[in-house]
Amino acid sequence: MSDSTSQSAVDERLKSEGFGARLMKRPELGAIAGVILVTAFFLATADPAMFTLSGVVNFMTPASQLGILAIGAALLMIGGEFDLSIGSMVAFAGLFFAAATVTMGLPLSIAIPATFAFAALMGSLNGFIVIRSGLPSFIVTLAFLFILRGLSLVGLKLATGGSTQLRGVRDAVEGDWLAPFFSGDAFGGLFAWLAENGLIETFKNGAPKVPGFPIEIVWFLIIALLATWVLLRTPVGNWIFAAGGDANAATNSGVPVRKVKISLFMVTACCAALVAIITVMDAGSTDARRGFQKEFEAIIAAVIGGCLLTGGYGSAIGAFFGATIFGMVVIGLTYTSFDQDWFQVFLGGMLLIAVLFNNAIRKRVTGER
Amino acid sequence: MSEDTKFHHGDVPDRAPIVEMKDIEKHFGNIIALAGVSFDVKPGECHCLLGDNGAGKSTFIKTMSGVHKPTKGEIYFEGKPMSFDSPRDAMEAGIATVFQDLAMIPLMSVTRNFFMGREPTKGSGPLKRLDIDKMNATTMEEMRRMGINLRAPDQAVGTLSGGERQTVAIARAVYFGAKILILDEPTSALGVRQTSNVLATIDKVRKQGIGVVFISHNVRHALAVGDRFTVLNRGKTLGTAKRGEISPEELQDLMAGGQELAELEGSLGGTV
Ligand SMILES: Nc1ncnc2c1ncn2[C@@H]1O[C@H](COP(=O)(O)OP(=O)(O)O)[C@@H](O)[C@H]1O
Ligand SMILES: [Mg+2]
Repeated sequence: MSDSTSQSAVDERLKSEGFGARLMKRPELGAIAGVILVTAFFLATADPAMFTLSGVVNFMTPASQLGILAIGAALLMIGGEFDLSIGSMVAFAGLFFAAATVTMGLPLSIAIPATFAFAALMGSLNGFIVIRSGLPSFIVTLAFLFILRGLSLVGLKLATGGSTQLRGVRDAVEGDWLAPFFSGDAFGGLFAWLAENGLIETFKNGAPKVPGFPIEIVWFLIIALLATWVLLRTPVGNWIFAAGGDANAATNSGVPVRKVKISLFMVTACCAALVAIITVMDAGSTDARRGFQKEFEAIIAAVIGGCLLTGGYGSAIGAFFGATIFGMVVIGLTYTSFDQDWFQVFLGGMLLIAVLFNNAIRKRVTGER
Repeated sequence: MSEDTKFHHGDVPDRAPIVEMKDIEKHFGNIIALAGVSFDVKPGECHCLLGDNGAGKSTFIKTMSGVHKPTKGEIYFEGKPMSFDSPRDAMEAGIATVFQDLAMIPLMSVTRNFFMGREPTKGSGPLKRLDIDKMNATTMEEMRRMGINLRAPDQAVGTLSGGERQTVAIARAVYFGAKILILDEPTSALGVRQTSNVLATIDKVRKQGIGVVFISHNVRHALAVGDRFTVLNRGKTLGTAKRGEISPEELQDLMAGGQELAELEGSLGGTV
C-alpha cells in the first residue's frame, strides 16, 4: 500500500525529461549553438592567430562595447519594449561627458555620475511618454533616435565653435583616480606576472603582448552576470518577465508594471552612457557619429540571444553570446581571405535564423501548435 | 432541485459584510457600463453575481478589486469608506480576484505565475533573492491540495489545460490569505468534471470563512453553491435574493430581462 501512495506523487503522464530536453527550454540555447558554429567556421577558415589570447581580446573588445548595449536592450525587450534611441544616446551621452570634462573641466567623480543621471533622465522621458501615451515604444524611441542624434550635432558645434568633433578628453582626464575604472586595461599586474612566468605570449623585450583585459570586457562580464542574477533570482526579474509577457495580467496580479518599464528604459539609457564614457575616454574625443546604428545591432544581438520581439521571454546570457557572435564575425573576417562586407549578409542571415528558431521555441513553451 | 443537496448551505451568517458597495456607477466615455449597483459580501457566504454577457459583471467586480475607479458610488471595506488605487491595494486589503482572463502569463512557469507580484525572498541586502525552493515546493503542494498533480513546477502555464489554469489562479488567490475571493466566470470555459471541481473548491473556501463572489451566467452553476443571488441586467441590479427565495426559472427570467426568454422557452418547450 505504502508503495502505491508514494508513487502517486509521480505523474504517469510525465515522460522522463532528458538533459537535452531541459536544455531546449533555455532561451540562450540558440546563441550558444551560434557561438559554437561560428567558432567552428573560423577555426576552419581563419588564421589561427584569431584564437590566441590577443586575437580573443581583439574580438571581445567590440563585442563588449556592443554587448553592454545588447544586455540593456535585452532586459527592455523581455520587459516588452524597444529602445531605438540607444545608438543616438551613445553619441549624446558622449557629447555630454566630453563637454563636462573638457569644456567645463569637471573631475570624473562629477562628470561620470552626471552623465549617468542625464542618461537616466532621458531614458525615463522615453519610458514616461510610452507609458502615458500607450503608443508603441518603437515609434516613440524612433523619434528620439533622430532628436538625440540631431541634438548631438548641434551641441557639438556649440561646444566646439563649429566642429563636429570634440577633442582633448584624454588630457582632461589624465591622472584622475576614477579613470582606470573606465579606460585602459584591467589586471595589468596579473598579465605582467603571467608574462614573466612564460604563461602568455610576450614581445621580444619581455612585455606581454596583451597588457591586460580592456576595461569594457570586464564591465561586459559584470553586467551580464548582474543582469542574469536579477532576471532569474530576484522578484524584479519576475516582474520584468511578467510586464513583458502580459502587462495587463501583471498589473492585475500586483506587479508595478509602469515602474518596471520606466526603470528598464533608464537602465538601457545608462548602458548607452557607459559605452559612451568608455569609448570616448578610449578615443580621447567624441563625434556625432558615435554609436551610429548601434540600436539595431544591439537588438539583433538580443534576438540572436533568444529574446522574443513580443516580449516576456529571453535571457541576458543569450544577449552576451549574441554580442560575442557579432564581435567574432566582424573581427574574424579580417583573419580570413573573405571580403569583409560579407559581414552584413552574415548578420541578416543570423537574424533570420534566430527569429525562426525563437518562434519555434515560443510555440513549444506555450504549447501552441 | 438536485443541486440543492450537493453542498451544505448554512443560513447566510448574519454578520457584518466585509465589503459593501453602494450605488456604484461606472462610465467609459459615453458608455454607461454600470448605472447604480449595490452589493455586499459577508464572511463565509457565496454571493453569486448573475447576468448575461455584457451586463457589466466584470466591470463591477473590477471596481471592487481596484482595477477601475467607480465614477460614482461608495465602497466600504470592513465598515470604513475605502478607495483602492490599484489591484495591489485591494490585494493587500484582502480582496483576491481571479479575473475572467485569469491574469496569468503563458510564457512563464507555474511557480513564477503563482508568486507573481508577491515573491518570497531570502537573504538580505544585495544578496536578497527569490526563495526558489520554497516557491516550487509551495506551488506543488497547493496545486496538489486542489487535486492537480503538476508535472513540474517549471512547466509553462501555456501548456496547462483551461481547468488547470483556473485552478492555479484560484489556488494562488486562496494561498495569499484572502478575506474575499472574487471569481469571474470561473466555470464558463470548463468541462463538466472541472466545473464540479471548481464548485467544490468554492465550497471549501467558503467554509474557511472567506466571502466568495461567484460570477456566472449559468444559473445551474450558481444555484449549486450560492447562498445569495444578485442579478445584473444592462448595468443595473434587479435586487438580491436569498437561497430558497427564488426559483431557477425566476433567476433565468431576471437575467434575460423578462419576456423574450419566456417566449423562447415556450416555443422550445423547456428550460434554456
Ligand atoms: N474599458 C472599457 N471601455 C469601454 N467599454 C467597456 C470597457 N469595459 C467594459 N465595457 C463595456 O461595458 C459593458 C459591460 O461589460 P462587462 O462588464 O465586461 O460585461 P460582463 O462581464 O457582464 O459580460 C459592455 O458593454 C462593455 O462593452
Ligand atoms: Mg465578464
